[in-house]
Amino acid sequence: MGVEVCDRAFDPGSILSAFTQRVDCAGAIVTFTGITRDVAEGDLQAMEIEHYPGMTERALADIRTQAMDRFNLIDALIIHRHGCLSPGETIMMVATAAPHRRDAFEAADFLMDYLKSRAPFWKREITARGADWVVAKDEDEEALNRW
Amino acid sequence: MEIRYFAWLRERIGTGHEQIETQAQTVAELIEDLKTKSEAHAFALADTAAIRAAVDQELVAFDAPITGAKEVAFFPPMTGG
Repeated sequence: MGVEVCDRAFDPGSILSAFTQRVDCAGAIVTFTGITRDVAEGDLQAMEIEHYPGMTERALADIRTQAMDRFNLIDALIIHRHGCLSPGETIMMVATAAPHRRDAFEAADFLMDYLKSRAPFWKREITARGADWVVAKDEDEEALNRW
Repeated sequence: MEIRYFAWLRERIGTGHEQIETQAQTVAELIEDLKTKSEAHAFALADTAAIRAAVDQELVAFDAPITGAKEVAFFPPMTGG
């Protein structure tokens, strides 16, 4: 447990409940949930997420370990979907548990920055006009320089 | 050596993986080698600024050695999250 790559919908609420019960002595739990949003001018039909089986799990485990080493955390969780998603569906979530809120917030932010640019996922937007790969933004790469 | 392609690189090359024999010593040399295989390879691998590489599932720079590697993968910058 700690990282999970899955191809079906998950319930962030029940995962957060299980995570909260599992961590002892946490003064703070922070979660981030990513939702498939319509960036394609209102006609997004689906979002396909491709990944690199094997490398994805290793990359997520490495990012989680880096966060555990860097911040005062009790536990951290990363879940990311692949496959075909509809608008409004949950793509991914991270959760961090720490004795104090600052570490929990910063670790969640760190996990997200690294996940965006270092975990081998690629998004493709399906619209009435066709399918287009989402292009990585320069600021996503630059965000890593904060850490 | 197993070569893998993801996202638009996979689409442009027309396959997700292929087996090749190469004398290339680094990722950069491998790219030059692969570009000679077909027009689709040359087109897909033309803009190296738009490509990332992994050797045995570890993200690497283009000067990384590939000697002894089982698997080298090419893909666009990641867009997870």
